[in-house]
This record gives sequence, C-alpha cells and structure tokens, in this order.
Amino acid sequence: MARIIYREARSRTFLWVFMALMAALVVTGLSSAWYMEHHGHIVTGMNNGIVWGLPHVFAIFLIVAASGILNMASLASVFGKTTYKPKARLSGLMSIALLVGGLSVLVLDLGRPDRLTVAMTSYNFKSIFAWNIFLYTGFIVIVGAYLIVQMTRSWMKWTGAVGTFAFVWRLILTTGTGSIFGWLVAREAFNAAMLAPLFIAMSLSLGLAIFITTRLLLDYGCGDRSLGTELIERLAKLLGIFIATTLYFQLLMHLTNLYSAARGGVERFLLVEGGIYPLLFWGGFVILGSLIPMALVFLPAFNRNRMMVGLASVLVIAGGLASIYVIVIGGQAFPLNIFPGMEVSSSFGDGQIQHYIPSLPELLLGIGGWALAALITLVGVKILPILPVEDNVTLNAAAAAG
Amino acid sequence: MKQRIRQVLATALLAVALGAMAGISWPGMASAGEASIQVAAVPAPAIPEAKPGTECVRDPEFMRRNHMDMLKHKRDLTVHEGNRLPEFSLNECIACHAVKGDDGKNVTVADSRHFCRSCHDYAAVKVDCFQCHASRPEAGDTALQSSPHGMNVLALSEFLKGVQE
Amino acid sequence: MSCTDKETCTCTPAGSLPVDGEASPGIEAGRRAFIKAGGAFATIALTPTVTLMSFGGGKANAAQESLDPKARWGLLIDVAKCGTGCSECVSACQKENGWQDTGHPETDAQWIRKVTVKNPKSGAVAELPVMCQHCDEPPCADVCPTGASFKRADGIVLVDKHLCIGCRYCMMACPYKARSFIHETLIDQKPYAPRGKGTVESCTMCVHRVDRGEIPACVESCNLTGGGAMMFGNLNDPQSEIAKRVAELTSTQLRPDLGVDPGVHYTYL
Repeated sequence: MARIIYREARSRTFLWVFMALMAALVVTGLSSAWYMEHHGHIVTGMNNGIVWGLPHVFAIFLIVAASGILNMASLASVFGKTTYKPKARLSGLMSIALLVGGLSVLVLDLGRPDRLTVAMTSYNFKSIFAWNIFLYTGFIVIVGAYLIVQMTRSWMKWTGAVGTFAFVWRLILTTGTGSIFGWLVAREAFNAAMLAPLFIAMSLSLGLAIFITTRLLLDYGCGDRSLGTELIERLAKLLGIFIATTLYFQLLMHLTNLYSAARGGVERFLLVEGGIYPLLFWGGFVILGSLIPMALVFLPAFNRNRMMVGLASVLVIAGGLASIYVIVIGGQAFPLNIFPGMEVSSSFGDGQIQHYIPSLPELLLGIGGWALAALITLVGVKILPILPVEDNVTLNAAAAAG
Repeated sequence: MKQRIRQVLATALLAVALGAMAGISWPGMASAGEASIQVAAVPAPAIPEAKPGTECVRDPEFMRRNHMDMLKHKRDLTVHEGNRLPEFSLNECIACHAVKGDDGKNVTVADSRHFCRSCHDYAAVKVDCFQCHASRPEAGDTALQSSPHGMNVLALSEFLKGVQE
Repeated sequence: MSCTDKETCTCTPAGSLPVDGEASPGIEAGRRAFIKAGGAFATIALTPTVTLMSFGGGKANAAQESLDPKARWGLLIDVAKCGTGCSECVSACQKENGWQDTGHPETDAQWIRKVTVKNPKSGAVAELPVMCQHCDEPPCADVCPTGASFKRADGIVLVDKHLCIGCRYCMMACPYKARSFIHETLIDQKPYAPRGKGTVESCTMCVHRVDRGEIPACVESCNLTGGGAMMFGNLNDPQSEIAKRVAELTSTQLRPDLGVDPGVHYTYL
C-alpha cells in the first residue's frame, strides 16, 4: 500500500475568508460573554426555572460531537480499518477543536467565570461534573498525544496503543456527559441510565456528520477530492447505522417513561402538548434529523452523491441540536413533582411550565463556540500536516489489491 | 574600527541608562515609605486612621502582608465550622474600619474613601469580597458582638439594664 | 480545620485565644450579661411555645467558637395552622436576609415561598411554606463540582459562596426548587446574609441566628404574628420539643420516596 503523505493545506482565498469569518464570530461570542458576565444573567433568557439554556445546548452538542468525531481515527487505529487511516489526523484535530469550543462556551456561561481557578483546584469527587473536568482536559492531552504520535516517525508504532487509550477514554467521557443528566433524581425527564448510551450513540452520529460536512467543505475550499465515491458510500451507510442507533435509544427512553404512570405527565408534555418541544422532537429530530437522512444514506439513488450525503449530514446536525434542546431545556421546563398527585401553585412557579425564550447573547455565545472550533480546525490544517494527499490513489490501490 | 566604536557607544548608552534609572529611584529607595514627590505619579494611599483607643487583631505591618491569608483561612472556619468569634468575623473588621462619608453615613465600597479601597486602588488589586458581602455595617449596628439583632433589641436592652441593677 | 494549637496559630493575638471553650476576656462580660438576661427575657417577652423551649435547654451564646456537631437542626410545620393568605414567614425572611420581590418572578430569588396545594379529586386545599429542606443526603451537595454546596455537621445545608462558580448544577439537582440564582448585581446586602451576582443561594435556616442561639426569622415571625405553625429545634435531642412532637405526631417529609431525608417535617399535610 502506498505510504500516505500529509501536508499543510494550500492557501486559498476560501480558506482565508472562512477563517476571518470564524474569527469575527469568535469575537462576537466573547463580547456576548462579557456582556452576560458584566450585567448578570438577567440579560439572558435563563431564569430560576430554566437554569441551563441555549449556551448549554451548544456546549453539549460540541462536547458530544468532539468525542464522536474521533471515531474515524479509532476505526483506523483501534479496529484496523486502514481505509480510514488517512482521515485519522483530521479526526483527531477536530476532536480537540470541538471540545475546546464546547468547553469555552460552558465556562463563559458560568455565573462566576472569574472563578475558573477555583473550579480547577477545588473538587468534590462525588460530583460527575467534577469528574468531567478531568475527563475533558485529559481527553485534550490524550488526543494531542495521539496526533503527535502519528506525526512523529519514530513514535508511529505507538499509534495503536494511544488510539485505544483515547477510544476508551472517549467512551468514559461521553458516559460522564450523559450521566450529568442521567444521575439527577429530581427531574422526571432525566434520571435514566439510558442517557449515557444515548449520548454515546449521538456522539457517533453527530461526530461523523460533522466530519463528513467538514471534509466536503475542505475539499471544496482546498480543491481536493478526498472523499471518493466508494468512501462516500461507506461513510453514508455508517452514518445511517449511527442515526438508527440514536433513534432507537431515544425511542426506547421515551417508551420506558411512557409505560410508567408517574412519568406520563412529562412525556405528554415533551411529545405532545409542550409546543416547541414536540415540534423539535418529532419535526426536528425524528423526521428531519433521522428519517430523511436515513433515506438519503441508505437509498442507492442518493448515497453515492456527495451533495446528498452532505445534505444528510447537515440534517443530522440540525436534528442533533433539536434533540439536545428538547432534552436539556424541555427537561427543565416541566415542573418538579414535589406534591405527587396534587395541583400546586405558588409565587415561585411551582406546578407551572417554566418559560424560556433564548436571547441574542446566548445565541451569539453558542455560535462563538462553534466558530472557535472551526477556527482551530482551519488553523490546524494550515500549520500542521493534517490533510492527506493522494487519498483516492490509496483507496483505489487498496481496492485493486483486493 | 567601526565595530569598536559601536561597542563603546553601546556600553556608554547602557551606562547612561542605568545611571539615570539609579539616579531617579535612589531618593525613592532611600526614603522608602515616604511619598517621594519626584517619582510618585500616583499619590500614596490615604489610609483612614483608626479610632483612638482601638486596636486591630494584629499590628498594621502584619495585617498589610497577611490580611488576605487571614481572611481566606477564617472564612472557612466561619462558613464550615460556625466559628462566629469576633476576631474571625468579617463584619467586625468592616464595622471597626468603617469610614464616614459627607452625609455622616458609612461609605460603601463604591466610594474611593472606603477603607479597603484606599489601599487596593493604589495597589491595583481587585477584591471581589463586596460582590457578596456588605461593605459597611448596617445602620444602627454597633460594632461589638453582644448586640443581638432582630425585632426586640429595645426590649432586651431595657431588660439588661434591669438585670444589671 | 480549626486552630487548636495555641503555639502555632497566628490568627489571634497572644493571650486572647479562647481557653478550653471559654471566650476571650472582652466577650466574657457581655456574654455573662446576655446569658443572665437571656433566660428570663425569653420566657417573659416571647410566647411560651417557641425560642428557648425549642432548643432543648441549650444555652444562648452570643458568639460561639464552633457549631454543635451532634445537633441536627430542623423544622416542624403544622399545615393545619398555616393560614390562607398569610405570608409572614416570607416577609420575615426577606427582611432578615435582604432579598425581595422586584416584579420579575422568574428571576427573583425566593428563599421561602407559600405553596397552595389542592387535591384535584377531593377539592381540599392547603397552604404551606416550602424552603430548602436541609436534607441529610442533599442531592445539591452531591452534584456541586467545587464542593461549594455542602452540609454542615449540624445538618444545615449551605452554599459556600467563596467556592461557588455559578454553574447551577445544584439547581438542576434539587428536588424542591429550593435554590435561586442571582441574576443581577446586588448592593447593600445584609451583613449577616452575604449574597452576590453569579452565585447560587437558598434558605440558610438563618444560620447566623442559629449560631447566636436564636431561631430562624420565619419561625419567629410565624409565632409572633402568624398562625403559630412553625417550630424549630434540634431533631437529635430527644428532650427537645420538636423531637418529641415528631416522635408522637404523624408527620411527613416532602417526597420521602427520594430518600434524601429532609430536615423539614410537615404535619397534617
């Protein structure tokens, strides 16, 4: 098999323009964060009922996707699928980029972001949140090591070991992220062990969707053609499997809740009566984000077409955002059940659906996180040898060899 | 030849620069602690004086160096262990160090005459204590620990007078 | 961590460190006078059912060196006596701790609130105050990443705002919606109730009063001007009024199925 050569991305106007745009969005994100911190969270749509809003939806999306996007590299290093080997470096870089983007949104939305040093030095190890801090920072270090090992000739033999370590770490990390919600006894929409595997499934589908979209964009921007027809079809079908798995876990979680009389109320709220939430769940996640993309990736009419597969990926991304919105915000909107079976009312919103209208600073902060991830990716491919050349040659040679 | 001239010039320049720096700062170093008019671009802090006859828990030199560590240590004792002794109480510090403003009321940290600000502004070290803590004693609050708060202060003081007689 | 070694402790000036539980000389005079007055004062000036009686006989300290780790402070609320439309407890808490209604109910802090509970089948209606339940196994303390949300040895659950980073995870975790986040800059806080923008807070059971040997403001006002529905005391002291009542009456806790063992009990719910 021909040895793969990696190089830095060629300078193209498209690349520079995109980088400038991302940098501008990062600056708006930072300004929003400053605005929110200076005036207090009164300027956002978050309140004492909905305490985690749009920034957290974006942050969780980015963090979950960060873990999943490393899958391309894991397929190569851990599972020996050499077809994906050329993708491994980009996958690793984007994993770090997405995680940094997500973490920055999370940290900047804190009530006291100036207390980050406190968060880094004072830990309560009963809290899954505290564990996540280690898991996230450790992940950045490990994937960084993984990239270095791949780029250094004398250390290449360690790729498999470090890759496996990263793979296991990533599973633990995503379990931890899902368990932030899964381990809350108070909320009826959460408190399910299923949230951890659901987040792992989501990470796989979102990660691959983002990878495909980015790779197609980079191809366009750099004038490459790294995703040949064979590979596109394979990736499309893989995406289809991940979408199906995510859909399965989501439906199973809701079905289980529906079966319990106690949780009938919250399920009716999320799936039928809650206004925006059923709309986002059924329209956004199920139809736009799962069924239509699955049709696109499984039907032979579409799954060899780069545009269609790209479209499917974008729809999966949108569906992923919608489903995280329903989970995080819908889960908080339903009132706590302090007096089971009773109708309650008070001056503090007991018994009432909590309202939330996302505000502009929150949206700009979330988008800023996305832009930061994109910026890191672009700068990374520009200064490091990440993108492979002769990708198609490698693939075709491997196919010809049998 | 040119090389040698350059070396000499560079050395001379360095010597002049060092000499100037020494010359400017020597008077300041010699009279450390006093406001040196030639060099002070910012006036030395006007620290409000203590009321006569009162004493802080430690002497000023110790406090200047260590008050931040004391605060950090003692706040944990109060919050986690319920230690409310006066020498551990931030309210006692604030009450004793209260500075009166033009209207006769104690100033808050928004006023630059506030005790903490008088030094902290000069040192340009931001404190975030007063994001949560009240920066002046409550009106009518006397500094010492035995005054109970709540609705029945008057009744209690009457009673105390009766008991002591 | 507490300073017990007089030789190495640098906090207090030499000679004024408390010796074996005694207070330093300056405090002694004040404390003696207060203790003398305290007992007589309480029984005469305040209604008999509350305050010192609820303590199980503990002495009133003006300023203590540490909490009592064997105590477990709790509340007992008689829902039958809680008056419709009465919100004395809420007003007293507001006055004591410095929070108020600014006309934005969704973002305003509420340490305690009156909840109206109606049985949809029978139509029966009750009102009761709900505040931080000071659980024995507080979910808020379990989830706090920095350890800011914690339970004191005497059972009072607090937020150590020096450590709070404002992540609001405890607000997600609390089953009783007890916690509030401060959404704006605050000024002129009460000296004994520090609260600030960007941190989370909840009912402290008036820990500053409890540490002085007093009772929470809500309980005091309920008994003075309200329906007399609230009682405070040491649940671990079998001789205390509250422990006796909890033992003899049928009282319940909110959401006992969660297993967090709240320190607030309700009778006639």
